[in-house]
Amino acid sequence: MSFIEITAFLANGFVISLIIFAVTLIVGIPLGLPIAFCSMSKFAPLKAVAKTFVWIVRGIPLMLQIFIIYYVPGLLFGNPIFSQIDRYIIRNFTIPHDGGLTQMLLTNAGGLVAVLIAFAINYACYFSEIYRGGIESISKGQYEAGYVLGLTKSQVFKFVVLKQVVKRIVPPMSNEIITLIKDTALANCIMLPEIIKQAKELAATQALIWPLFYTGVFYLIFVGLLTIIFGKVEKKLSYFRS
Amino acid sequence: MALLEVKNVYKKFGKTEVLKGIDFSLNKGEVLSIIGSSGSGKTTLLRCINFLETPEQGEYYINGELLFDAKLAATYKESEIRKKRLKFGMVFQSFNLFPQYSALDNVMLALKLQIKEDIKTNKDLICKENNIKTRHQLAAYKEKLLKEAEENAIDILTKVGLKEKLNSYPCELSGGQQQRVAIARALALSPEILCFDEPTSALDPEMSGEVLNVIRNLAVDTGKTMIIVTHEMNFARDVSDKIIFMSDGVILEEGTPKDIFENPKFDRTKEFLNSIG
Repeated sequence: MSFIEITAFLANGFVISLIIFAVTLIVGIPLGLPIAFCSMSKFAPLKAVAKTFVWIVRGIPLMLQIFIIYYVPGLLFGNPIFSQIDRYIIRNFTIPHDGGLTQMLLTNAGGLVAVLIAFAINYACYFSEIYRGGIESISKGQYEAGYVLGLTKSQVFKFVVLKQVVKRIVPPMSNEIITLIKDTALANCIMLPEIIKQAKELAATQALIWPLFYTGVFYLIFVGLLTIIFGKVEKKLSYFRS
Repeated sequence: MALLEVKNVYKKFGKTEVLKGIDFSLNKGEVLSIIGSSGSGKTTLLRCINFLETPEQGEYYINGELLFDAKLAATYKESEIRKKRLKFGMVFQSFNLFPQYSALDNVMLALKLQIKEDIKTNKDLICKENNIKTRHQLAAYKEKLLKEAEENAIDILTKVGLKEKLNSYPCELSGGQQQRVAIARALALSPEILCFDEPTSALDPEMSGEVLNVIRNLAVDTGKTMIIVTHEMNFARDVSDKIIFMSDGVILEEGTPKDIFENPKFDRTKEFLNSIG
């Protein structure tokens, strides 16, 4: 295989990594909000449930959570939902056999869904803690200043607190999001062909070990882009101090 | 009739009784200073009046009309409390400006939200009264109100000496300037009574001077009714019509600056005045 062919083969894997990355953010960022509000709730049972949930999700390795989501429906309820997705696709779609991205996605759809669920829940919990920290770091004086001006609770949150929270959570969120792209490699524990799995495939079938190290370049370039974007966001919010 | 009457206010935090039966009244245009050592309940009293704390007992009357009764506190809706608290303005010790807004927007925020809310909830009435028929006219009407509010805000900021700083963010202003923006922000809603909670305690003497001058001008020029919790004795003596000395959650002594500073009745008052110099 030529260098370009190998790059293309790995790039296909990185597209899967990017799909996991993007879907986790699209679902996890909003999903973190209700979890954060529940864990700050004054209603004790709700708070306890939220806190326990976050404790479990943050306390167990993500790899194990992928296994749990992937296998437990079949083991416990006799309903291997993710392999059923695969079977459904095999039955209803014509799968090309060119080793391309479409084939990779169609033959791994079930596993991908399981990974996406595990990642979205896991990251939502981490995000919720960042949100909670951000919201709780805003001084009581800001709320009170809003209230004495006749603002409602939701107006105070929307017009006074929110932007300050956003400013404060940008650095920890950047950190977490950079960690996420690298965590996508965990998907290969259920044989999902993300970029590292693709490189291992090359090692097994072509006896090539260097592509494994070459995958680092993909991550580095992507993290470089993210760093530039986060730098811009931070700069945009630097006009005020809070 | 007194503009504000406060009757029999009790407030506890846990088991600590902070206010143990506070009664006082204030006439329109008067300046009341509340003095006393830390922990005497001055700030809590001010916070109760501003609905930031709910006392266990007590009533407030504005122009003889019941504004708040602790017995009914649980029945007040959020919207009622919002309306009631607008009788008062509040200036905090630590300014509490909104850092993401310019000086002008800090002053404008509440006005803007009020205008929008008013148009939304009383749309039909407003349309009828102003002969508004199309959506376009309504937008123009809203635009006009916002413009007026902005002019009003600029006027007030000019009055506190910040005409040049309209577009500055709080982080670009000195402490004294920030506190003056905070005063303008409170004034913009035209409260009946403006409350100050140790407005200069977070400032160095020079900046205190500029803030105290603004407050003094408000008292002298506009005859604003004010309640000032302060440790600045010279200022209190100078600007107040009435002084309250609080100690251990009660009003120990009440009178004109002359009464309190020259002929204090209680040893506790004398002690306090001596200790503060």
